[in-house]
Amino acid sequence: MLFYCFISSYLCTAKSKVFKVTTYIYNRFLNLLFLVALLGSFNAVYAQHEGGGAVANAPHEAAAHGEEEGEGKLDIGGMIMGHITDGHEFHMTPSLVVPLPCIVYHKEKGFDFFMSSAFHHGHESHNGYVMNHGVLNYVDSPSFPQEGNVAVGHITEDKASKQFSVDYQGQHLPISRSSFYDFSITRTVFTMLLTALIMLLLFPAIAGGYKKSQVPTGVRGFFEPIIQFIRDDIAVPNLGDKAPRYLPFLLTVFFFIWFNNLLGLIPFFPGGGNVMGNIAVTATLAVITFIITTFSGNKDYWGHIFNPQGMPFAIKLLMIVIEFLSIFIKPFALALRLFANITAGHIIILSFVGIIFIVNSLAGSAAGFGVGLLSGAFMIALNVLELFVAILQAYIFTTLSAVFIGQAIEEHHHEHEAAH
Amino acid sequence: MVLLNALLTPDLGLIFWTTVVFLILWFILGKTAWNPITSALKNRETNIENALKQADQARADMANLKSEHLQLLNEAKEERSRMLKEAKDIKDKMITDAKEQARLEYDKIIASAASEITNQKMAAITEVKNLIGTNAIDLAKKVLARELDTPAEHQAFVADEIKKIRLN
Repeated sequence: MLFYCFISSYLCTAKSKVFKVTTYIYNRFLNLLFLVALLGSFNAVYAQHEGGGAVANAPHEAAAHGEEEGEGKLDIGGMIMGHITDGHEFHMTPSLVVPLPCIVYHKEKGFDFFMSSAFHHGHESHNGYVMNHGVLNYVDSPSFPQEGNVAVGHITEDKASKQFSVDYQGQHLPISRSSFYDFSITRTVFTMLLTALIMLLLFPAIAGGYKKSQVPTGVRGFFEPIIQFIRDDIAVPNLGDKAPRYLPFLLTVFFFIWFNNLLGLIPFFPGGGNVMGNIAVTATLAVITFIITTFSGNKDYWGHIFNPQGMPFAIKLLMIVIEFLSIFIKPFALALRLFANITAGHIIILSFVGIIFIVNSLAGSAAGFGVGLLSGAFMIALNVLELFVAILQAYIFTTLSAVFIGQAIEEHHHEHEAAH
Repeated sequence: MVLLNALLTPDLGLIFWTTVVFLILWFILGKTAWNPITSALKNRETNIENALKQADQARADMANLKSEHLQLLNEAKEERSRMLKEAKDIKDKMITDAKEQARLEYDKIIASAASEITNQKMAAITEVKNLIGTNAIDLAKKVLARELDTPAEHQAFVADEIKKIRLN
């Protein structure tokens, strides 16, 4: 974090554009930290009540099912995490679960393909794989059946070693992800593929429309101004004459982020996947921007980084280090900001859901109902806000990608003249 | 921090799928959507620009034509008024000329009439003079030829003779 502060203070003096971004993501990142802390406190508050025995009508499932201690309890943090992290199924109601295909490549056994329903909601293993809180794990012990389904017990975590283990016939067998690669169609991948499908159906159709008539109608009339906006207000101001070369990337990235964000706001199947709130996705997009920026970089760009002009030698050395770091900081900021914004939005909305259940269990169903109304109103407002954030973040990511690429391809004629 | 760790650990499978899906989208949409759309937009913009230019040109042409018409009209009006003025001038001149001519003719006629009158008068006077002279000589001849005794007789004779003279 200290390093981050240093970087942001440097960027503050060096580049106003990047500075804005950096402080912005810094703020959003703090917000996210705060929210995560808030999630922790939900659990803490509830645990205190559990311990004090203040809650008379404690959730009954735990006792009834006789399952492990966490299950059936009011675990708001777990509920929110379950929603914002990835998973292998769309969980709609306890009886309505949409399974998703699991594709794994085991280092010894090779490829395997099965549906997530093979785990029977975590009660069974399949070909040696078990489902650990929505994450595929492999039982590494040779004594565990490597083929077919067997009944397994609960999965527990050793607090000290962070090692998960599964209960199989009274034994605790270690499980991990180290022995295989997971290429499953998870919720996130599914939503991403859905977005891709929508885009592949929508935009070629829009393009085809221009052959019939130059006048935009219907859905073409809706998307054309957006496409023109990206071209005229994002690509051309930053990239100038070279805008056409990068425009397909900018358009793809903009609509990819936007559509994924919108699908993420739909609270049930086929939406609900938290795609841009996943660091792996945003990091991949940022790395693509980084690769484009690096490979587009011209003499001026690299010269600016490795041979800054008009300063004493010591500062020059420092500047080279800072500029070199900024190459990597920029895509890092890009990935983190998008991730943090979308995740934070989801957490806030889910927190309002959580409040209803907390109040319900602490103060009775009447209070829960009242808070539910209030909370519902907030959630509607927040959903509208998130609709805006969905396109705003797509816009910011696209704009900053264009700015970074623009910095790499910019030709500094004036700077050299000014230096003399 | 455990929650944050779970959030901040990128998953390999997701990186794989994101890369694959995004690159495929970028490639296919670039070919089938973005390039056709941007070139269609470009075409349309050029068309609109051309159409606007043509409209401007047409408007300018119209304005030119109008001003030409106006000029023609003005010229025609000028021509007409000039012709009218000329006609009026000619008319005036003709009248003036005619008047002048008439006056000259009149003067001439008057002058010739006056000279004729003078001539006639002079002729008449000459004739009268001649007649009177002749008569006076005749009378004197007769007086000389007859010897008159008395002045009374003289007078009666002359009176008698004068009575005989007819002036015409």
